[in-house]
Amino acid sequence: MRKYDKLIFELSRPGRRAYRLPELDVDDKDVKDLIPEEFLTDKELDFPEVSEVDVIRHYTNLSNKNYGVDTGFYPLGSCTMKYNPKINEDAARYDGFANLHPLQPEDCVQGALQLMYELDQALCEISGMDKMSLQPAAGAHGELTGIMVIKAYHEKNGDFKRDKIIVPDSAHGTNPATAAMAGYKIIEIKSNKHGLVDVEALKAVVGDDTAGLMLTNPNTLGIFEKEIKEIAKVVHDAGGQLYYDGANANAILGHARPGDMGFDVVHFNLHKTFSTPHGGGGPGAGPIGVKKHLAEFLPVPIVQKDGDRYYLDYNVPHSIGKVKDFFGHFGILVRAYTYILTMGRDGLKKASTMAVLNANYMANKLKEYYNLPIDTLFKHEFVLGGLKDPLSEVTTLDIAKRLLDLGYHPPTVYFPLIINQAIMVEPTETESKETLDEFIEAMIQIAKEAEENPKLLKEAPHNTIVSRPDETRAARNPVLKYEG
Amino acid sequence: MRYPYIPSTHEEEQEMLKSIGLNSLDELFSDIPEEFRLKRDLNLPKSKSELEVRSYLTQLANKNCSTSEMTCFLGAGAYDHYIPSIINHIISRSEFYTSYTPYQPEISQGTLQYIFEFQTLICRLTGMDVANASLYDGGTAVAEAALMAAAHSRKDELLISKTVRPETRQILKTYAHCQNLKVIEVEMKDGVTDLEDLESKVSDNTAAVIVQSPNFFGIIEDLKATGEIAHKGKKAVFIASVDPISLAILKKPAELGVDVVVGEAQGMGIPLSFGGPYLGFIAAKNAFLRKLPGRIVGETVDKNGKRSYVLTLTAREQHIRREKATSNICSNQGLNVLAATVYMVTMGKEGLKEVALQSTKKAHYAFEKITASGKYKPLFNKPFFKEFAVTSDIDPETITAALKEENIIGGYHLGKDYPQYEKAVLYAVTEKRTKEEIDKLSSVLEGIK
Amino acid sequence: MKVMKDLYYTKDHEWIKVEGDLAYVGIADYAQSSLGDIVYVELPEVDDEFEKEEAFGAVESVKAASDVFMPVGGKVVEVNEELIDDPALLNADPYENWMIKIEIADKAELDELMTSEEYEKFLAEEE
Repeated sequence: MRKYDKLIFELSRPGRRAYRLPELDVDDKDVKDLIPEEFLTDKELDFPEVSEVDVIRHYTNLSNKNYGVDTGFYPLGSCTMKYNPKINEDAARYDGFANLHPLQPEDCVQGALQLMYELDQALCEISGMDKMSLQPAAGAHGELTGIMVIKAYHEKNGDFKRDKIIVPDSAHGTNPATAAMAGYKIIEIKSNKHGLVDVEALKAVVGDDTAGLMLTNPNTLGIFEKEIKEIAKVVHDAGGQLYYDGANANAILGHARPGDMGFDVVHFNLHKTFSTPHGGGGPGAGPIGVKKHLAEFLPVPIVQKDGDRYYLDYNVPHSIGKVKDFFGHFGILVRAYTYILTMGRDGLKKASTMAVLNANYMANKLKEYYNLPIDTLFKHEFVLGGLKDPLSEVTTLDIAKRLLDLGYHPPTVYFPLIINQAIMVEPTETESKETLDEFIEAMIQIAKEAEENPKLLKEAPHNTIVSRPDETRAARNPVLKYEG
Repeated sequence: MRYPYIPSTHEEEQEMLKSIGLNSLDELFSDIPEEFRLKRDLNLPKSKSELEVRSYLTQLANKNCSTSEMTCFLGAGAYDHYIPSIINHIISRSEFYTSYTPYQPEISQGTLQYIFEFQTLICRLTGMDVANASLYDGGTAVAEAALMAAAHSRKDELLISKTVRPETRQILKTYAHCQNLKVIEVEMKDGVTDLEDLESKVSDNTAAVIVQSPNFFGIIEDLKATGEIAHKGKKAVFIASVDPISLAILKKPAELGVDVVVGEAQGMGIPLSFGGPYLGFIAAKNAFLRKLPGRIVGETVDKNGKRSYVLTLTAREQHIRREKATSNICSNQGLNVLAATVYMVTMGKEGLKEVALQSTKKAHYAFEKITASGKYKPLFNKPFFKEFAVTSDIDPETITAALKEENIIGGYHLGKDYPQYEKAVLYAVTEKRTKEEIDKLSSVLEGIK
Repeated sequence: MKVMKDLYYTKDHEWIKVEGDLAYVGIADYAQSSLGDIVYVELPEVDDEFEKEEAFGAVESVKAASDVFMPVGGKVVEVNEELIDDPALLNADPYENWMIKIEIADKAELDELMTSEEYEKFLAEEE
C-alpha cells in the first residue's frame, strides 16, 4: 500500500463534484423571496470540492490505517470485542427497518414494535428482570438512566436523605461519573486482597443515606463476586438499591442471572455482549432492565403488547421522563435481536462457556511470564500486573506498543486502577485455540525481549504507520480542526 | 451443536480444560454460588440457521411501511433526505465498523482522522471554534450543553423556548432534575420565541438560554435578537439547536452571538431507522474547550515528526476524572460520524447548499399549493426552512388515514404537544420530494371531506 | 523530591508561602512529578473566595488530573496567568511558579499545616 497522508480538505479542487441532484422541478424562486435576507448568509460554505472517486479512495485509504475485529485478535478487556456477524448488518439495513420514520402511525410500524417487544422479553429472560427500557444509547447512558430510576424510587418514597452511591474501587470510571451526573455523592470502598468487595467495609458505609451500590459481576478483575447474596442483603437492609453494570455479562449468559442474585436494575451493552459492532466508538446501545417495583419509573415510552397489537406506552405513572430522542438505537436493537435469534438459548450459554474457558486457558499460560496478582478461577477476562521482574524498565505501555508490531490490538492497559501495571485481557468466545496460542507466544516473546533487549520495547512500535504520537503536545496546544 | 461464531472444536475444548487442570466445562462456573446457578435452559428459542433468522426478520421488516414504498412528508426531528450510495459502501468497511474507540493511535489513524475531519466540518458549518467527536443525538446534545453551561456559569436556571422540539425539552427536564437545576420555559408568540417573555425571565441566575432554529414549527428564529437578550444574564450561555443542512444557506450561529451550537445530524447521510441511532453534535466558542463533554481528537506529531491524530484533552473525561468528569459519556456515535463526514464532503461546498435550497423551495411550493384554496390555513405567518404547519377543520387522524390510502406518510399532529393547535399538522419537504408527489399530496388533501 | 524550606505544606502536596497577611500558593515537587507532563492549569478568578481545603483550581496531565486545594481559607488577589500560556512551568519549577496569591482569612489555620521538616518526614512515610 502506498503511503497516504492527506486530509480530505487537501484534495479539494474548485469545480469538482461528487454529487448530482435532480433538476429542481418546482418554480425556481429566488431564495430571498422566500426567506428574509437578514437570515441568509452571504458567505460561501468552506467545504471541500472533490469527486466521488476522490472520496472513495480517501476513505478506503483511511480504513487501511485502522485495525478491527475483522483484521485480527482484539483482546481489549471489559470491551468484549467479539466477532460482529454479517447477517446483523444486513438485517439492520432491511428496507422495512432502515427506512422507517419513528413518528409513523402505529399500524405502519408493527414489525418494528414487535421486534422491540420480543427483544425486551428476551433480555428480561436473560437477565432475570421484569421489564426493560430499550431507550439508552450506550452503557454509560444506561447507567445514568438506571440511577435516575433508583433516584425516582427513593423520591417517591419520600426518602430524600439518600444522597450517596457506593462504588468499589475496581469499578469502571463511568460508575462514579454517572452517579455524580445524577446528583449523587460517591462513596468508594476498597477491594479485599482477593479483588472482591470487602463486605465488612461495605457494612461500615451503608446507612439511611445510601441510595444504592453499583457493581459489576463478574467484576473488572474478571472475578465473580461470590458474596453477592450477602452484599445484596447489606444494601437492601439499609434501604438501598443494587445496580448491575452489565459490561461483563458475556461471562454468565445462561449460567446465572443478575435478577436472581438480587440486583434491582441492570444494563446490558448490546455492542459487547450481543455482538453489535463497536463502530470506532459507537453507536452502541445500553438497555436497562428493572424489577417490578421499579417498572413504574422507567423512561417513556415502553413497548407493550395488547392481544396481537404492539404499541408504545407513554402512560408510565412515575416515569423519570424521556432520556433520549425517539425510542433508542433501533438499528442496534435489530442487530442484537438477530444475534439472540441466531445463537438461541443453547448458543448464548455456549458463548459464555467458551469465553470463560478461553480466558482461563490464557491466564494459566501467561502467569509463568507475567505477574498475575490475583490467581483464581476467572470468568471471561483476567488482569496481569506487568512483567515478573519488578526492576525492569519495561512498562505495560511498552508491552502494549510492542504488541502492535506483532500484529495485535493490545489488551486494556492501566485499568483497573487497583492493579499496578494492569494488562486486562478478554479473549471472547469467537477466537480459536490457534489464535490464543499465537497471542500467548507473542506475549512470551515480549517478556523475553524485555530481559534481552529492553530498548526494542521502549521504542516500539516499529512497524506501524505512526509511532507514539505526542499526546502532551496535543493537549498543551490543542489543534482540533484543519486550518488550511 | 457447533456454532459458526465459536471456532473451538470439542477436542480443543478438552485440551484447554486439561491444560488448566479442570475436568469439565461445568467446573468453570464453580465459583458461582450454587443457589445462583441457573439450573434450567433460558426460556428462549433454540439456535437457528442464518436462513431461518433471515426469513423471520424479513417477515417482521415487511410488516412495516417504509419510506421507499411510501412518500414521506413527515419530519418533526427526523428527515427523509437522500443518502448517496457511497456512504453505505464506506461505512461497511469492517476496518471501520469492527474497531473500537481509538485508544491505540498507531492502529486507529483512520478513525481518528475522520473524526478530525468531522470536527473541522462542523466548525466550518457553524462558525464555532471547537467541536467534539459527537454526542448520542440532538435531544441529549441539548441536555449535555445545558449541564455544561450550568457547570461553567455556576448558575442553576435553564431557560428554554417552547418552540424547541417537545421531546428535547422533556429530555432536558429529566437530566436537569438530577442536578437540581430549574428548567423554565419561555412562552412563544406567533410560532417563535416570545422575546418579551424571555427578557422578563433572564436574570443573573440564568445558566443558559436555549432556542432552536429552525424551530419545531420549521420557523427561523431571530437568533441575533435572542442572543442580545440572553446575554443580559451576567453568566448566561446562549445555546442554539440547529438543523445543520439549513446552515448551508442561513447565517452562521457564530455570527449571531451563539455561544454553544448543538444539533441533530441525522439528515446528513443517516437512515431514519425508526428513530436511531442518529448523531448529536456540539460546537462551541474557545472558552468552553475544556468543559466540552465527550471525545475530542487533536492533531500532533509522532516520534518521527509525522503528522498524526490522537484523542486529546482526556482529563475532562470519566476514565480519568471519574466523579469529577464533565459528563459520564464515554462513547461517541463513531460510525454515524463517518456517515455524516462522508455525506458532507460528498455534497461538498455546492451540494449541501443545493440540498438546502431545493428543500426550502419545494417546501414553499408545497405550502403555497396546500394553502391555495383556503381549506388549509397557515398556522403561522413566519419565514420557514423546510417544514411548515397548516390547520383546518379536519381531524388530523382523518387526514393521516386518507393520505395513507394514497401511499403517503402524512405530517405530524401538533396537537399531541400543543393542545391549542389541535387541528394543525406539520409537514416536512426535503429535496427528495418531486413536484408530482407534492401535487398529489395537495390534491389528496383537497379531496378529504 | 525537592522540598523548600520556610513554606507550609498540606497532605495533598500544596505549599503556601506567607508574606504578612498575603500568601502564595502552589503545588509541591512531589505533585508535579507524580502527575507527569502538565498540559493545563485551571485557575480561579480574582476576588473568588474559598474555604480551607476547598478546590480552587486543577492541574492536568495527559493521563491524570488533580484538583488543587486551599491550604487555608482566603480570597484570591492575583492569579499566575503565565501558567495558562505555559503549564510546563509547573514541571520546570513548582516552587518558583506559584498558582495564586491570596489574602489569608484566618492565620490560625496555618498551624494545622506541616512545616518543611514535617513534610519531608511525611513524604518519607508515603514512599
